[in-house]
Amino acid sequence: AEHVLMDVLVCIKRVPLSGGRFVLTEDATEIDTRRLGFTVSPHEETAVEVAVRLVEAHGGSSTVLSLGVPESEEQMRDAMAIGIDRGILLETDGAEWDGQATAEAIAAAVRADASGFDLILFGNESADAAGSQVGVRVAHLLGRPALTGLKGLSVEGGRLRGERPATGGREVFEVPLPAVATVKDGVAIPRYPSVPGRIRAKKKPIERSTPTRPASRLEKVSFTLPAETGKRATVLGDGPAAAAAVVDIFRKIGAIQ
Amino acid sequence: MILVLVDHDRGELAELSLQAIAFGRQLAAANGSELHALVVGADGKGVAASLGAYGVGTVHLATHDGLTDYAPAASARAAAELVSRLAARAVVGVGDQRGNEVLAHLGAITGLPVAADCTSVVLGEPTQVERARWAGNLSETALLHAPVALVSVVPHAVRADAPADGSATVEEFTPTLAEGDLAVRVVERVPDAAGGISLAEAKVIVSGGRGVGSAEGFALLEELAGLLGGAIGASRVVTSAGWRPQAEQVGQTGTKVSPDLYIACGISGASQHLAGCHTSKTILVINNDADAPIMAHADYAVIGDLHKILPAVIEATRAAKV
Ligand SMILES: Cc1cc2nc3c(=O)[nH]c(=O)nc-3n(C[C@H](O)[C@H](O)[C@H](O)COP(=O)(O)OP(=O)(O)OC[C@H]3O[C@@H](n4cnc5c(N)ncnc54)[C@H](O)[C@@H]3O)c2cc1C
Ligand SMILES: Nc1ncnc2c1ncn2[C@@H]1O[C@H](COP(=O)(O)O)[C@@H](O)[C@H]1O
Repeated sequence: AEHVLMDVLVCIKRVPLSGGRFVLTEDATEIDTRRLGFTVSPHEETAVEVAVRLVEAHGGSSTVLSLGVPESEEQMRDAMAIGIDRGILLETDGAEWDGQATAEAIAAAVRADASGFDLILFGNESADAAGSQVGVRVAHLLGRPALTGLKGLSVEGGRLRGERPATGGREVFEVPLPAVATVKDGVAIPRYPSVPGRIRAKKKPIERSTPTRPASRLEKVSFTLPAETGKRATVLGDGPAAAAAVVDIFRKIGAIQ
Repeated sequence: MILVLVDHDRGELAELSLQAIAFGRQLAAANGSELHALVVGADGKGVAASLGAYGVGTVHLATHDGLTDYAPAASARAAAELVSRLAARAVVGVGDQRGNEVLAHLGAITGLPVAADCTSVVLGEPTQVERARWAGNLSETALLHAPVALVSVVPHAVRADAPADGSATVEEFTPTLAEGDLAVRVVERVPDAAGGISLAEAKVIVSGGRGVGSAEGFALLEELAGLLGGAIGASRVVTSAGWRPQAEQVGQTGTKVSPDLYIACGISGASQHLAGCHTSKTILVINNDADAPIMAHADYAVIGDLHKILPAVIEATRAAKV
């Protein structure tokens, strides 16, 4: 790879992790997170890996930014453990920020940073809000082009090339840096952090500030859980002996004639 | 006036846009508003002319020398021009990659908030929306504080109307683009390699999770998929481990599928996986845990080790086919 230094920023959002049905708080305005762990969207894990690989290939520096509760440090340290150099934590009290407010806080942090950032990476959509808003809005605030929904990307000669699925194939976009890109799960498989990586991560610098939250123009009132399906699979049998019953089902639904 | 953003691919109408039109039509009826649509690009002329059949009164066809293919910021600029010239009350797009992208640009240009993935919209001050969050695992009631409601419709929340008699007035205009609006546009297309059944369109999907155990373990799934004319799917555990390509991942951050038959082998049924397959017509589970969460979303199940069950199913299927 060519050697032009690149400063890359990647933005992540801490979200509760639950593989099952969510439990809501009594007033149904929040997810009850008392028994849950936390993570970031797989799209964002991918964005972190992309940032690390770009800096490995081109030289330069990588920074992770999160707007969220102080505990978001946990997710930032995870990113640092696989190679991100430093962090910017915009601390909140946990109230939701809408897409525009989040974008304004991120754009302000970018302007205030000495680094300039040749490339700002986002997930295509956050795991919880999924507005697909923040990346594009940051791009407008900073006057940069935004490529979104990327399933592949490369940087060469000061240009960002990205592609994504489209009818019958893939569509390709190309823009000069500095730019914004939102990526999807699968662009690069995130590496596992090593033990030394985890130890190094603890010592990496995090710059903290507390922006003021503007009034939300997309304001949450409450959550509702989807109705229970009440469904339960019919057990066709145990082990290989059930094969004949499976074939009956294949026939019944027309999967085999 | 309610404005619907209609997408097309080089003159071919995007099917989901008809759902956005149906949604916009209900919204227009509820508010006594006219239904307008925006089609961008000269090659969208045929599409524009066809929309009267779906209840659109006026179609605005945005043409410009630079608009030769999809360019999201330019589409949004054209929409912004109509919003202010015609005092739109709402702009409705499809909640897919392109729809949400154009709406995000429109929101940034106009300074308006966007409610993505809506299932219901009641216009007012403020506007009240219901929207899917956590890939549909939660529904949110939210207020949109804005003079113009920018919303996208979650795919398949409403059905497209059948075409009926009716014709729309097509008004061609040249939007005033700002510098940079054409910076992002499709510069190249790479067609898919021929052959193979695409995951999104497959009638049968044989999908594997952590329980498959290895890349080699998928040979059994491939054999069964071959017999049933199906495609292979996978959970994120599988694609993260590199056992299968990420293009085969089903779920919230993978592909959303809706086949006639979804066979889930060694998949527990995390909400993020189900978000991509729960609309399948029939779900058959092969799992050694009779209490796996996926059981509450499936139609049929065989309990036991998939490595023993699949060879027997393959043999019985082969026997049944001759
Ligand atoms: C924001 C977010 C987005 C996500 N997006 C996705 C997504 O798009 N797609 C996705 O899949 N996941 C996604 N995930 C991950 C998801 O939460 C789960 O971790 C994942 O789906 C689990 O995969 P699995 O079912 O293969 O593994 P596990 O949950 O480990 O389940 C393995 C299952 O195999 C069974 N089993 C084991 N051995 C055998 C055997 N020999 N025979 C039969 N059965 C056996 C076990 O009983 C178990 O039920 C996402 C997570 C987050 C936080
Ligand atoms: N609070 C936040 N802090 C940092 N990044 C964020 C935050 N919210 C959203 N993002 C980024 O913006 C992307 C799109 O978010 P959204 O517009 O909510 O779908 C996410 O995948 C993140 O990369």
